[in-house]
Amino acid sequence: MHETDMTKALILTVRDWWESQPEKRAIAKVHLTVGKFTCVEPASLQFAFEVQTRNTFLQAATLEIEEIPLVAFCHRCQQEYLPDIGIRYACPTCQSPMEDIRSGRELKIGRIEYGVE
Amino acid sequence: MHQTFDAALEINLLHANQEGADHNRAHFDEWGITCLNIMSSPGAGKTVLIERTLAALRDRLRIAVIEGDMTTELDADRLRQYGVPVFAINTGRSCHLDSRMVAGGIHRFSEEQDPTQFDLVIVENVGNLVCPAEFEVGEHAKVALLSVTEGEDKPLKYPVMFQEADCLLVTKMDLAPYLKIDLERIEANVRQMNPHCTILPISAQTGEGLEAWFDWVGTQRPGRSPAPATEAHSSVSAS
Repeated sequence: MHETDMTKALILTVRDWWESQPEKRAIAKVHLTVGKFTCVEPASLQFAFEVQTRNTFLQAATLEIEEIPLVAFCHRCQQEYLPDIGIRYACPTCQSPMEDIRSGRELKIGRIEYGVE
Repeated sequence: MHQTFDAALEINLLHANQEGADHNRAHFDEWGITCLNIMSSPGAGKTVLIERTLAALRDRLRIAVIEGDMTTELDADRLRQYGVPVFAINTGRSCHLDSRMVAGGIHRFSEEQDPTQFDLVIVENVGNLVCPAEFEVGEHAKVALLSVTEGEDKPLKYPVMFQEADCLLVTKMDLAPYLKIDLERIEANVRQMNPHCTILPISAQTGEGLEAWFDWVGTQRPGRSPAPATEAHSSVSAS
């Protein structure tokens, strides 16, 4: 359900960009960055994209999802660590809480590939 | 010849929702209203919490409710009995409120009432621990509920919600003696990712912890905003 809305947001954002272009070229690929510390499931997003782009300006486009790991920084240990999502988030060395997330919250359209005949 | 071109967009997917949320919040700031976003899984006790809150605070604060957790008007009708304006949002089958839906509620609120006369708007989100965490609606603080019947591990399994919460209410504490629930473990699990969250164990049935919750509500304030055109309005105060 959630991914349906996310996909809608994705399509609208790409459409805004596409309509601002002087020439309407076929979009081949949309690159999306999805952090692992988000509520988005890439497989559901992929499915929603296929369904929602049918018979639209994006029907020839594929969705390329790059997943970004959750990386936190422990200020006490002065080092990055990878929290184990679903199991533990505190620093494995000193048990300090996860306060500084360095990556993993991304939900971003990175770039778009489009073709020119 | 076929060439491929690249365009770098670097646009956040939730950008539009965030803009809408900022817009909603600017309205609340201008009116001197504090907005709380109440979130939990279905059945954790959001509606009864709001009922208790309205009953206790309606003489001290002017409160309105934006009600999103509904497929019917049942919850909204429950809350209207407390004599406060309740704006039910038709969420359809949506699994969360977004800033556009809440903007619709705010619009009706500002048409039917004088918002500058209000102190607090409570938004009851759709019962869901996943999606509402990603969609800000214009709130000043996020309140998450976790009932003791849901188990200690929920914060680990639904981390985004518990990481974002400003206040966590551990609800149905009157049931705790019947369950092998470890409150300290719930707290420790939340603290792993959210050390600054206010955690309050409560029971809407016995009233346990509710005074602490009302006090917390009283400490919440809207943000600073560009000077409103109308007269300055006092912010939320439990005094």
